[in-house]
Amino acid sequence: MAVLTYREALNRALDEELARDDRVLLMGEEVGEYDGAYKVSKGLLAKYGPNRVLDTPITELGFTGLGVGAAMAGLRPVVEWMTHNFALLALDQVVNEAAKMRYMSGGQFSVPIVFRGPNGPAEYLASQHSQALESYWAHVPGLKVVAPATPADAYGLLKSAIRDDDPVVMLEAEMMYGLKGEVPDGEFLVPIGKAEVRRPGSDVTLITYSKPLWTVLEAAEELARQGFSAEVLDLRTLRPLDEEAIYASVRKTNRCVVVTESWPQASVASHVAWLVSRNCFDRLDAPVELVSGEDVPMPYNHALELAAQPNVPKVVAAARRVLYAEG
Amino acid sequence: MADKKTLGGHDKKFLMGLLESMHRIRAFEEKAGQMYGLRKIGGFCHLYSGQEAVAVGVISALDLSTDYVLTGYRDHGHALACGMDPKAAMAELYGKAAGCSKGKGGSMHFFDAGKHMLGGNGIVGAQIPVAAGVAFAQAYRGRLSGSQPTGATVCFFGDGAIHQGAFHEAFNLAGIWKLPLILVVENNQWGMGTSWKKVSSNEDFSAMAGAYAAHGEAVDGMDVLAVHDAAVRAVKRAKAAGEPALLEARTYRYKGHSMSDPQKYRTREEVETYRARDPILLLEGRMEEAGLLSAREKEALRAEAEAIAEEAAAFAEASPEPAADELYTDVYADRESGETAPSEASWQS
Ligand SMILES: Cc1ncc(C[n+]2csc(CCOP(=O)(O)OP(=O)(O)O)c2C)c(N)n1
Ligand SMILES: [Mg+2]
Repeated sequence: MAVLTYREALNRALDEELARDDRVLLMGEEVGEYDGAYKVSKGLLAKYGPNRVLDTPITELGFTGLGVGAAMAGLRPVVEWMTHNFALLALDQVVNEAAKMRYMSGGQFSVPIVFRGPNGPAEYLASQHSQALESYWAHVPGLKVVAPATPADAYGLLKSAIRDDDPVVMLEAEMMYGLKGEVPDGEFLVPIGKAEVRRPGSDVTLITYSKPLWTVLEAAEELARQGFSAEVLDLRTLRPLDEEAIYASVRKTNRCVVVTESWPQASVASHVAWLVSRNCFDRLDAPVELVSGEDVPMPYNHALELAAQPNVPKVVAAARRVLYAEG
Repeated sequence: MADKKTLGGHDKKFLMGLLESMHRIRAFEEKAGQMYGLRKIGGFCHLYSGQEAVAVGVISALDLSTDYVLTGYRDHGHALACGMDPKAAMAELYGKAAGCSKGKGGSMHFFDAGKHMLGGNGIVGAQIPVAAGVAFAQAYRGRLSGSQPTGATVCFFGDGAIHQGAFHEAFNLAGIWKLPLILVVENNQWGMGTSWKKVSSNEDFSAMAGAYAAHGEAVDGMDVLAVHDAAVRAVKRAKAAGEPALLEARTYRYKGHSMSDPQKYRTREEVETYRARDPILLLEGRMEEAGLLSAREKEALRAEAEAIAEEAAAFAEASPEPAADELYTDVYADRESGETAPSEASWQS
């Protein structure tokens, strides 16, 4: 078992998939000569050449749409968005082309493509470069959406995404690229649509995904010190949601807190909270709680930007509320 | 011998094919308009009447075993010119299961994988980057095997669409990556009700190719032979050198933008001026002059096209509606892993 950074795990997945299947190619801003804005594609241009690792102009709509067409014509492009903030310029191509092609063609066309890049709050980057936009993608039928929180999942989900016959949006996190974790040596896939219990517990279920997993695990540790056993469920895939895993956990603990760094309104987390409220109603001992990013654009000031995000005290407080152990 | 005669270097068989194709589109659109009036067809329905020479001229220059076609929402003409079965086309307008997109696409989303017709797109200009991607796949496959592109891709769009960033971004990408992409702007001179001149800083669209160091050419879009010849040149260059091109076909649409357009923005006289240069009449006249078309042949083509449209409508009428559970299919390749089945169930309960 090797210890890899999240970045290295993604790189290994890309490298293996490029080697395995010559329909796979990587394109995006600075992915080639520069080795990627976050160095995820390091060394791939040298290894696979400019036909398969392509530096694009700074035209997110253009190259995202080009990827969609290439996928319709049988290739398996991986489109790197320098960050999800810039992917908003490509929203139309993802929502109206990639996601709908199969349906509006009556099943005649597949769009096997991966869109990936960093998402979520960073540090000192202010409101346009520091935001969690997963709810935009998770809203759309026809897309699959994955948000791995560990290097092993980053590797295994990216490989699954590349092999999937549908468009997959992958959310990485700028603050996680240096995160280290064990990644099994041999090739493996992490199935899309499967959540994972990261810490078993019996008193309350804490549901989260992506970078906040690490905050939530710390909070679970703190809750344990306070005498409460928290189960931590990492969704890993945001569409399709692993509802079975969600309900199984909540039916065991009877209490639920959903944690996200995204805004609260119309979010993945608010949807999960609604599903739990709706489908575990009889089993809940308290209303479902939501810990989200604050409902404001991200400020530059460091103290303020930290205050805008979920943290251990916020998660612990929410857990204590559903445990009726406030104060 | 009449059969040895040619027109602009084209023989009678080829010319009859063009004429037949234009007639079929015209008759199909007439029938579609009529059936729309009878409420058999709903929603947006953008008829192609008047522009037939563009789709037919360009698509007749392609080899659809290797080449591809993409277009916008005014897509009936392109689909039929690609060889789509008029029955499947009309059934799609009726929203029937036998439609070319199983009744899930409608007028704006005609698709035919077998004929290399990659759709019908409702977002103005959005098909242009997608088409660049199809051309990219053709170039990519060629490059990996050390040869030429495996074919060319044609993308149709309007005088309104050419100002979208999508056009400019895609054209630049096609230039830097040498993609076999032929962009055909069908300048029918109106957006919905906005004159093309009012919204373009350049009244020569073909000149926009210069911005991307590509080949640009303006062509009379009512003259099917001129369109065809220009397309042949562009396709040849695209396949040999991966050189993208922009063809501007100056044309005109006879009907409203969609079905509910009172057309206050233009005069009846303007429409009549263009009808006098009708692409079908134009080719018929030239063929007659060259002794390549008899009155009887001319009438037979028209009658046959009308019969095909009539038959398509009868087929669509008699076709079954899609099954109710078709609502949930074709969202994901693998329904089991793709659908959010549990929540679907919980919403329905
Ligand atoms: C992005 C986008 N904006 C606006 C519309 C609404 N709309 C549909 S057709 C049209 C006019 C397009 O004109 P043109 O490109 O000249 O094509 P034509 O209808 O003449 O074939 C507009 C504004 C749309 N479908 N998509
Ligand atoms: Mg127009």
